Amino acid sequence: MEFIYYFGEVFTPLSFMLLLGGTIGGLILGATPGLSPTMAVALLIPFTFQLEAAQGLILLGAAYTSTVAGGAVSAILLKIPGAPANIATTLDGHTMAKQGQGARALQLSFLASAVGGIFGVLLLIFLTPVLAKWALAFGPSHLFWLAILGVTVIGTLDSASVVKGLLSGCIGLWLATIGFDDIMGAQRFIFHPALGGGINIIAALIGLFAIPQVLTMFAKGRQTDGAEVIEVQRHSILAAFRELFSRTRALSIGTLTGSIIGLIPGVGGQIAGLVAYDQTKKFSSEKEKFGTGHSEGVIAAESANNAMVGPSLVPLLTLSIPGSPTAAVLLGGLLIHGIFPGSDLFDNHPDVAWTFINSMLIGQVLMCIFGLYVAGLAARVAQVPQSVMAAIVLALSVFGAYSVQGSMGDVYVMACLGIGMFFLERFGFSAAPLVLGLILGPIAEANFIQGGMIADATVGKASYFMTGGLNLFLIAVVLASIAYSVWMELRHRRYTTKEEAQA
Amino acid sequence: MNRSQHIFGSGLVFAVGLWVTWVSYTQQPAEAFLFPRLIASVFVVLAGWTFGKAVMGLSKVGNGVTRAMFINMLPGLIITLIYVFWAAKSLGFYTATTIAFFILLSIYDPAPHSAAKSWIKRGIITTVFVAVMYGLFAMLLNVYTPREILF
Repeated sequence: MEFIYYFGEVFTPLSFMLLLGGTIGGLILGATPGLSPTMAVALLIPFTFQLEAAQGLILLGAAYTSTVAGGAVSAILLKIPGAPANIATTLDGHTMAKQGQGARALQLSFLASAVGGIFGVLLLIFLTPVLAKWALAFGPSHLFWLAILGVTVIGTLDSASVVKGLLSGCIGLWLATIGFDDIMGAQRFIFHPALGGGINIIAALIGLFAIPQVLTMFAKGRQTDGAEVIEVQRHSILAAFRELFSRTRALSIGTLTGSIIGLIPGVGGQIAGLVAYDQTKKFSSEKEKFGTGHSEGVIAAESANNAMVGPSLVPLLTLSIPGSPTAAVLLGGLLIHGIFPGSDLFDNHPDVAWTFINSMLIGQVLMCIFGLYVAGLAARVAQVPQSVMAAIVLALSVFGAYSVQGSMGDVYVMACLGIGMFFLERFGFSAAPLVLGLILGPIAEANFIQGGMIADATVGKASYFMTGGLNLFLIAVVLASIAYSVWMELRHRRYTTKEEAQA
Repeated sequence: MNRSQHIFGSGLVFAVGLWVTWVSYTQQPAEAFLFPRLIASVFVVLAGWTFGKAVMGLSKVGNGVTRAMFINMLPGLIITLIYVFWAAKSLGFYTATTIAFFILLSIYDPAPHSAAKSWIKRGIITTVFVAVMYGLFAMLLNVYTPREILF
């Protein structure tokens, strides 16, 4: 119950203002199609440099939570999911809006998000310290395998092609080795003076997530989205509240599914929303109503995608393994303040850890209150032409990358990685495993070298890294995630081929 | 996505993989390249596999870049490159941002170019945006950016 002692920290004037600003800003950004939660959090990192670690994390955490919920606004009112996590919300939410029940859909969506989100954060509160203590038993070989696991799980589960996902992870791991070697001081892969200090993680994150979206918006040319905002009629919030708790099956399936999926690194909100929607439909006595503007569809999808947020931070805060691309960006936000997740975070910086987690709990309530008021404005912002959004994101990326350490080199690296990533994405590669490789690379290398030294003095490298219960378990999970993804890819291909043959 | 694009994309990645492997196994001191060697070995195998599949026409994942997309994107890409690699440092961040922002709006804004109202709107959006950026970065965050001409 240690977290209770730090609740007051969230309510200091600056912290609360940041929480409020992050929540409202996140809701508006989340509603804007093309601006993913990951990109929003990456662009916000430079604004946290001058803040205390806890306050910086409050801003990033609030933005993360509310961008996921804000995406429901454009999903419901425009039929354009603000983020991949809101795809399932579109199915019933937009139909409800077309039937003149937009306000009801929005109210249910924010209330369900808050319930799911609060459950997810409570899970984070109670699981994290226990797992962080357990992580103390990890030695260098285990941490090495954990870092590799982080890259392979995201590489295989988050990509359409297993090989290209793993290859993206390898590219990220290689990029992490650029610069001076920590132990020998040797130069590695420095083919341009801008790379002398290595690749700055924040500049890289901004480039990898923001620039491909800017170029994607450019690639659409002068066209408009053509989406009309559906006007919202008034609807009693009390009636929505009563309806939400009369749909307990959808709410509990959504919340539980989202929480469980959130704990699995690499799976993400998109899957959580769709799986919860599908499961609720399966167990519902009104199956035929799904897709026709049924409130259970909105409740299940939105409670799931926000319930996923808290648990997705469990692997990050306990084992330093980000469970999602947005968690990876949050790790970058922690590292720039010199804080490493794991037991160190809870033992030496409990104020930072608990203030951040508590702010996410309060943030869920604020998101619910302000979401309902900001929805109309957010839907209007979602109609801003893509040309304006692209130019804004580009300028923010340049200023953000420069402000990391006042270096033009970081701006060049940001632009090169971003432009390269745009083309790699078009060829089927994915940014998430590359970012994970870049962030986990130094952790993997430091433990590989440290483990190697211990191994040379004791049992030898092969025995040290490849034997022992925990090592074998981690290796098995790495192999299982690859095997599962290969199987899924082959199965999908077989079905695609069958369909092609029948066509 | 056509086969030649797959071959080009995966070929480029394979070439980088080969270079990384060559550097990792030839540069000294060898101890500094132990981890890069490990990565490079996996990197080059996966990149070779991807390239091989592309050459045999078996690559399916990825939408590629269509001609229309590329033509739409090209002016924006060129402005971005000039803005990042030359203008930001040579003209100063705020001047370069003002010019790049206005040009990008002018190229990609769906509003008609013939209407004076559209140009006034673009001018106002640019001015407000740069003023907000100045307020945020120069005044609030105290980030000192290169300032060559004007401000």
